[in-house]
Amino acid sequence: MSAIYILWLRELKRYIRSRAQIAASLGQPLLYLLALGFGLGPVFQKAGQGSYFQFVAPGVVSMTILFSSVFSGIAMLWDRQFGFLKETLVAPVPRIQIMIGRTVGGATVAVIQGLLVFVVAIIAGFRPHHWVSFFPALLFMMLIAIVFAALGTAFGSIVQDMQGFQLIMNFMVLPIFFLSSALFPLDNLPKALVIITRIDPLTYGVDAMRGALISNIQFGFSVDTIALCLIGTAFLTAGAYLFSRIQL
Amino acid sequence: MSAIRVENLEKTFGDLTAVNKISFQVEKGEIFAFLGPNGAGKTTTIKMLTTLLNPTSGKIELDGLDPTIHRNEARQRFGIVFQDPSLDAEQTAYENMELHGILYKVPHKLRVQRTEELLKLFELWDRRDDYVKTFSGGMKRRLEIARGFLHTPKILFLDEPTLGLDPQTRNQLWTHVKSVNESENTTVFLTTHYMDEADRVAHRIAIIDHGAIVAMGTPQELKQQTNSESLEQAFLALTGSTIRDESATSQDQLRRFAQMWRK
Repeated sequence: MSAIYILWLRELKRYIRSRAQIAASLGQPLLYLLALGFGLGPVFQKAGQGSYFQFVAPGVVSMTILFSSVFSGIAMLWDRQFGFLKETLVAPVPRIQIMIGRTVGGATVAVIQGLLVFVVAIIAGFRPHHWVSFFPALLFMMLIAIVFAALGTAFGSIVQDMQGFQLIMNFMVLPIFFLSSALFPLDNLPKALVIITRIDPLTYGVDAMRGALISNIQFGFSVDTIALCLIGTAFLTAGAYLFSRIQL
Repeated sequence: MSAIRVENLEKTFGDLTAVNKISFQVEKGEIFAFLGPNGAGKTTTIKMLTTLLNPTSGKIELDGLDPTIHRNEARQRFGIVFQDPSLDAEQTAYENMELHGILYKVPHKLRVQRTEELLKLFELWDRRDDYVKTFSGGMKRRLEIARGFLHTPKILFLDEPTLGLDPQTRNQLWTHVKSVNESENTTVFLTTHYMDEADRVAHRIAIIDHGAIVAMGTPQELKQQTNSESLEQAFLALTGSTIRDESATSQDQLRRFAQMWRK
């Protein structure tokens, strides 16, 4: 247990100590939130869908968590590079504990990032239907974070170089974001997109976030929760397996 | 019982045989040097001994335990200083020691006490609260070795620990290693490219080339065997004077990229 704790703490320390990185990683979500939120607002309004800013804010918070948690997993590339990974791999601790410490640490950092963007959204005018709905929303933020931190760990265990990193960014993380319901509503989509959005794990996270914050939900909380838990379990298993197989 | 016992250890990567059925034993409390040209199989052997790589075939015993089966028990018994750094640069020296102590389940009181002793011995105590990223190469090495001793390992692996250090630091480092070897009866298994160091520090030496051990004995025996005056001459006589090139791995490429990036 103490091994999990000290590795979790390490992820947190690294995050808190790199202020430049905190600021940098907020840039992109803020652009989406402000440029898309206000820019597409009038069109969305005319289509009779209400406020786009209200609609997109939960999506951008989810996106922040997605990016941050996958990144923390792939950051293992740097630990591999600068050698720290070896120190943990030769330690007399079962690999599963090291994997859990890193993954939960990455997920925690991602939730903090998500909360920061959430606060900015509130300042910019986002209003949840009830303030109490913050708590279920936080719960779903944690779920999303765990799902994608586990995915990040799985990727981090197999990626060996920067090219692999780029590959995963362009062919996994960006599609997961753009082909989820983060930016657009799920109704009246072309057939192909209907199928794709439904196999995208982030769709269920965003759906639940919208359900909690602005009472706009497609699948229902139980479907979303079950989907996220199942996918999370699958990713954690894959992450644990791939991490246990790392040889240096 | 020997500290390290290796029998017919083999590691192949595809067609390449990195380590070709080597056998040797290291006695308890012995300082054993593993010498060889680049790409001879030194690091691959250390990686197999320290559970980072699975052997293709052969048998290993560390303090009587097979590290491919009793991984965590074996890991508890050794400490290792890698060829390249393995510190967390974003944490302080003290935090690095703390993290290590917790991973190796050193009880809190003992951990605090040994951390202080070792950081003082390796002259890092004054800098304990500074981030490792601000340390010089020599300081990082010292910290790694101090950390390797923290959980009182029975066996310490040192993979080219003095690479890129100035003679003063190298000298001091070996003095410390020798003193801990004597006071705690730690078995030391080291590799180095500096023959004078091996000559001075090691009780016994094995010379490995193309994945096979070509000679083994005390420094004196090796010199006599080859009619050489110095260990360096003996080494060249045994391994020839052609230069070996190691191909760069993705790790090396990434390292260069990372260095470029940090400037």
